[in-house]
Amino acid sequence: MSTDATPLLDVTDLRVAFTTDDGIVHAVDGISYSVMPGTTLGIVGESGSGKSVTSLTTMGLTRGRSTSVSGTIMFEGRDLLTLPGEELRQIRGNEIAMIFQDPLSSLHPFYKVGAQLSETILAHRNDSKAAARDRSIDLLELVGIPDPHRRVDQYPHEFSGGMRQRAMIAMALANEPKLLIADEPTTALDVTVQAQILALIAELQGRLGMAVIIITHDLGVVAEIADEIAVMYAGRIVEHADTKRLFAAPEHPYTWGLLKSIPRLDTPRNEELVPIQGRPPSLINRPTGCHFHPRCPYVSEEHKRIDPKLEPVPSDPEHQVACLLPASVRAEIWRGLKAGRPAEELRRLAVPEAAAATAAAPWPPAEGSDA
Amino acid sequence: MAKYIIRRLLWVIVLLFLVTLLTFVVFYLLPSADPATLRAGRQPSPALVAQIRHNLGLDKPWYTQYFNYMRALVLHFDFGYSYQSNVAVRTLIFSRLPATISLTVGAAVVWLISGIAVGIISAVRRRSKFDRAAMGSALVAISAPVFWLGLLSLFLFADDIGKIPIFPGAGSYVPLSQNPEKWFTSLIMPWFVLAASFAAIYARLLRANLIEVMSEDYIRTARAKGLTERRVIFHHGVRAAITPIVTAAGLDVGVLLGGAILTETVFNIPGVGRLAYDSILAGDLPMIQGTVLLGAFFIVIANLVVDVAYAFIDPRVRYS
Repeated sequence: MSTDATPLLDVTDLRVAFTTDDGIVHAVDGISYSVMPGTTLGIVGESGSGKSVTSLTTMGLTRGRSTSVSGTIMFEGRDLLTLPGEELRQIRGNEIAMIFQDPLSSLHPFYKVGAQLSETILAHRNDSKAAARDRSIDLLELVGIPDPHRRVDQYPHEFSGGMRQRAMIAMALANEPKLLIADEPTTALDVTVQAQILALIAELQGRLGMAVIIITHDLGVVAEIADEIAVMYAGRIVEHADTKRLFAAPEHPYTWGLLKSIPRLDTPRNEELVPIQGRPPSLINRPTGCHFHPRCPYVSEEHKRIDPKLEPVPSDPEHQVACLLPASVRAEIWRGLKAGRPAEELRRLAVPEAAAATAAAPWPPAEGSDA
Repeated sequence: MAKYIIRRLLWVIVLLFLVTLLTFVVFYLLPSADPATLRAGRQPSPALVAQIRHNLGLDKPWYTQYFNYMRALVLHFDFGYSYQSNVAVRTLIFSRLPATISLTVGAAVVWLISGIAVGIISAVRRRSKFDRAAMGSALVAISAPVFWLGLLSLFLFADDIGKIPIFPGAGSYVPLSQNPEKWFTSLIMPWFVLAASFAAIYARLLRANLIEVMSEDYIRTARAKGLTERRVIFHHGVRAAITPIVTAAGLDVGVLLGGAILTETVFNIPGVGRLAYDSILAGDLPMIQGTVLLGAFFIVIANLVVDVAYAFIDPRVRYS
């Protein structure tokens, strides 16, 4: 999170809302982040947390009559939110490229892979068709597709899942973008293929020097390749830190929930996975106060009223979190969780009256931490 | 692919054989006018009727008649002779075919162009005034029976009885080989009347398909690639949404080539449909057989063409 260089992408107070028949969906609710050239940002969250809408808005793909967008998305001095449609089109697929979750449905079923690749090149360059085809073959080779001369004339349904995602990546790289947005790039793939695709993205990033935003619901995916991570919940960033800090000392109860629900090989096999209780909230009628409070094991009455802001952690200004729990209590709870103690037991650290219902203890708890 | 087509063609023969058998049986089992009496003129003597019956072979059992009919058909491509006019059925049908083909192909051009154009604009400008007006009119066009629409347009626009006499009326059909200009003007009204309901159905079908396709992931990819919206809509959207239209068009043209009975009757066009209608009224079995067989032939061939075309349109479809 160095601040000495100019960011490639700088998102400030982005808000995206859709008007639907059921009401206004607040998909993205005031998020800010920036991406430095050549670095990788991981955006993590459940379905419906607004992570995909954020990236589609960056590409201008959520523009429409029923969408209202505010804030700024600066990309090399241009605000992508106010850029005329044609200028934005020239950036899409050229300076900013995107790959999607399901490579089969994301490729057109009626066109050959090579034709779809060439089309991307020809949309932004005045190349001949033959030159575009040659480059398509080179690109297929670059992403590790064997026998590219033959594969270039095949249809997407003749490719395997991993090959299709490689072809999607080739398409995204066709015009050497400065920023690659990968929206759940491995979710639809077999586990063994997932690792290959992530390694490929990381390798190509190193080789081509582009910045990457990787969007996922799986912290395990970003652990390896992201430089920093933003955790999104209900359209907001609830925690933002560099990857090492986030995994070493996560601060938000939602991040803890995500971490405790990943299966790991280095923990005892009898340790239970702990799912996060409840469901993601409706983005039409959002919870009052802290949006996570209905699912938070450490909730107290005031959390239902006060809306937390994303603020630096006192001990670490580069680590931001939006949580009403005092920093010392959070540290205590995370130590307990890491030691394998259940959240119910740790709850009284945050809410002493839940444990000792007899006497309403004052907040913050004075002696609750060593119980 | 070639093997597939050959296999399908063999099935076509089996199917047509069954169609002839069915028509024959239906004709004999269900009550219909006695062809011999119809042919004998006014107040015939019983001897004359018997004579005619014998000459036409109607005194033999139906299966013998069927056998004779099929033998002539298979060996000599002979469809028999009309009970009414004594003209060879084959000659009559082939003389009527150009009118039906003219009507069908012209109407197909009209409904494909208008249906596809309206469908695309309605889908892209969904809920616009254009879309609402077009879909409203489509509902009217689908609901209006073709004979009513035909009569209405004659009363409005025919140069003999119309309020605004701008087009040639009923019975004005001239073969293309005789006078291309008159052929064209005489068919304008029948084309539009026949095309109306098809255009409406195709517009609605394409609109619904295109709206669905435009929300597909590959359309999002096309936009993310930075293609122009025009290219996204036509090259990616319409290309995927048009497949059911091709299927429907093939089958509809096949059915109409067998005779657009109502339109041909209203506009008095001497096509196969009119021929079938007249031969049913006259109990003219060989003619009925001939027109039914022709209709069935066009339908099964249209089916085959559609299936083969599908393999070219959608690369995921492969026949083996």
